[in-house]
Amino acid sequence: MEFKGRDVISIYDFSKQELLYIIRIAKQIKLNPQKYSGILRGKVMAAMFFEPSTRTRLSFSSSMEQLGGQVIGFSNSNVTSMQKGESLWDTVKMTENYSDVIVIRHPLEGSARLAAEASEVPVINGGDGSNQHPTQTMLDIFTINESKGKLENLHVGFLGDLKYGRTVHSLVVALSHFNPVFYFIAPEGLKMPEHYLAELRQKGIKYYESSNLEPSLSRMDILYVTRIQKERFAEPLEYQKYKGVYKIDNSALKNAKETLKIMHPLPRVDEISKEVDSTEHALYFQQAANGIPIRKTLLSLVLGKLK
Amino acid sequence: MQKKKAPEKELKVAAIENGTVIDHIPADSTFKVAEILKLDSYTDVVSVASNLSSSVLGRKGLVKVAGKYLTEQEFSKISIVAPQATVNIIRNYQVKEKIKVNLPDTIDNVIKCSNPVCITNNEEILTKFYITRKNPLKVKCHYCEREMEKGDIKIV
Repeated sequence: MEFKGRDVISIYDFSKQELLYIIRIAKQIKLNPQKYSGILRGKVMAAMFFEPSTRTRLSFSSSMEQLGGQVIGFSNSNVTSMQKGESLWDTVKMTENYSDVIVIRHPLEGSARLAAEASEVPVINGGDGSNQHPTQTMLDIFTINESKGKLENLHVGFLGDLKYGRTVHSLVVALSHFNPVFYFIAPEGLKMPEHYLAELRQKGIKYYESSNLEPSLSRMDILYVTRIQKERFAEPLEYQKYKGVYKIDNSALKNAKETLKIMHPLPRVDEISKEVDSTEHALYFQQAANGIPIRKTLLSLVLGKLK
Repeated sequence: MQKKKAPEKELKVAAIENGTVIDHIPADSTFKVAEILKLDSYTDVVSVASNLSSSVLGRKGLVKVAGKYLTEQEFSKISIVAPQATVNIIRNYQVKEKIKVNLPDTIDNVIKCSNPVCITNNEEILTKFYITRKNPLKVKCHYCEREMEKGDIKIV
């Protein structure tokens, strides 16, 4: 498997074997961070953040610095020459001269793919609009594997906005390698898009759709919750209705398996009650923390410092 | 009473000395082909026929253009709107070559992405699409990964 010089743009670009390999390296790095502390000394990461991000930018920067590398970049496109009308292509062309790896977040979809074509140094996608966010998906499957000890044959529920949620779409694609059973729980207007369902049918993967969590909850090993965004609804009353229905608290979980783990890409608003945080079900903070080992792994692999 | 002899199914358009005849165009795509070839501003002889009967397509279209041969780009564009079309190359009133249009696996700079927030609609770059299904046609944008079905596909 060759990762040196490779771009990380879309979860579709990674095979099952490659995903398992990334998880294995991330586990080693997480268990023994000291061993890797200087491996990126002398390397520079450019963080090109054209829109706000807290977790992704900070965890990439922290990962790079913990590995001995340096970080340059910006977190607001107002300070760049794009304000003067410079194209993304040209901005990336400039940046590659100053860095060994580029991490980009940009509101336009496909921007990361374009950046990768413009750049001679590897590009990692930190989110391109509502299209892809592959490092989030990798940390999600790393977290599932860590907590369950496996990825194969899991029953995984998804709850909330399944129509616009890119983390859900990418995770469904990644988990499809591992013979899962899926439960898609969403209000009528926010159901899983048909083309993803068609892809699952084609691969022979079992899935169930419902607008109600209760009937399938007891079968789930993982419940992946996403935020329902107010702006998706034309009617404020509709929003209020769904918001209440999909709120997870301890009483909503009374029929769940003891071993059920709840995940959330964060930030949450009120879809998971704080009382769940102190239960064995809560996995979302551990999930957020796993951004570090996964991003350390990807930076080291694409820079050719780990094989 | 003796049955009247059915009129011969012959196309009443002039033969061309040199040029291209595109046959087996789905009837609803006939004028799209004319548009792709920019025939409204073409100055040599052009014949466009539509709703002709066809055993394969039901109704088909046919376009004859004197003095013109298709570019690779035009071939790709026609393959999107008329995947079963046949292109006849005419030289000296003879069909010199008959080419069946074939959808390639990838199409460069022919389709416009329907996603308004795709980078290709916001920065000056060539588009690229993968054919994910041939019939009915479905394509996927190389950049934003959005899939589009036949009805949403617009030619650049």
